[in-house]
Amino acid sequence: MITLHALPSWAALLIALLILTGSGLALIGALGLLRFKSFYERVHAPTLGSTLGMGCILLASMLYFSIGQTRPVVHEILIGLFITITTPVTLLLLVQATLYRDRQEGRDPLDGSNRPDA
Amino acid sequence: MSRWLPSPPTTLGLLALWLLLNQSVSPGHILLGSILGLLGPFLLKRLDVPPLRLRRPGAILRLLGIFIADMIRSNIAVARVILANHPARKNGFVRIPLRLRSRYGLAALACLITATPGTSWVSYDPATGMLVIHVLDLTEGDDWSALIERRYVGLLVEIFE
Amino acid sequence: MSATILAFALVAGQVMLALAMVAAAYRILRGPRAQDRVLGMDALYLNAMLLLLVFGIGSGTTLYFEAALAIGLLGFVSTVAMAKFLMRGEVIE
Repeated sequence: MITLHALPSWAALLIALLILTGSGLALIGALGLLRFKSFYERVHAPTLGSTLGMGCILLASMLYFSIGQTRPVVHEILIGLFITITTPVTLLLLVQATLYRDRQEGRDPLDGSNRPDA
Repeated sequence: MSRWLPSPPTTLGLLALWLLLNQSVSPGHILLGSILGLLGPFLLKRLDVPPLRLRRPGAILRLLGIFIADMIRSNIAVARVILANHPARKNGFVRIPLRLRSRYGLAALACLITATPGTSWVSYDPATGMLVIHVLDLTEGDDWSALIERRYVGLLVEIFE
Repeated sequence: MSATILAFALVAGQVMLALAMVAAAYRILRGPRAQDRVLGMDALYLNAMLLLLVFGIGSGTTLYFEAALAIGLLGFVSTVAMAKFLMRGEVIE
């Protein structure tokens, strides 16, 4: 258990900046999920939170616990590694499923005649 | 590649995973992690995955650097696109002929393209080597084919083929 | 002073991530198609994981790390299972 006051001020400011950047990116990604018109556009939105957004928050967590406990705490790397490998796989499968369903309904988005942005 | 140590990288990876999860490098945990690392590859062998040979660690590091730089840049670009929400913005599919044929290389390329916000992998035809990606912000004059070829495919061919 | 800023950032971060979860939940409810709902659920899992990490920093214990890891694992497996279901109508072939 460590408290916020135990940190030197440069570390506290850096961690605050990383947390705000990371959660801000995740929020912008979620906003994109609401704003975009077609599914193929919406797929791009959550990657904001799962790449740089996650990276910033994991870095903040590593810095905070490493400095607070004066020993390296790096097990957050595991989450980073895991999410970086799995996010592309889930999005890829979802896009494949969507493409399959669109084609079954006779609307092939790759035809050019029926573009998703039209 | 002996009988008892079929895949040293898997063994080392499992040991590192165990030590990271337990946050300790005490002898007991190293022993437990080593047992896990020695047993793990045998389970993997039952899955019958094709053997993976990685070449050129330098190229892997360079690819990682390019990926991180691209990831940060496209994060900012996509955040701008979402916040601006410009009605004239165009998105669409781009066709790219690929010379990469290795299965692991293609898997790595799929992960790289999808993990970079703003582009996602849509489909790949192994017969023709034609890849289709979806691009969020399609501006006239951007040559995506040359971009992917220059930044990723060259290095991936070096690493996997 | 800097501790106050960090405390503020922690609260602001948690609020932003909670709003992101609301947006993802709205996408789940609204659809319009099944794949949009699955995508919304994936985003919901991801933001919940980030929220737990920020919460862990705020409470000063590494206990929340395991919970975040479990959420990340569950989110991956369930999204893959659902994508597979959308494609084939079966999860295990």
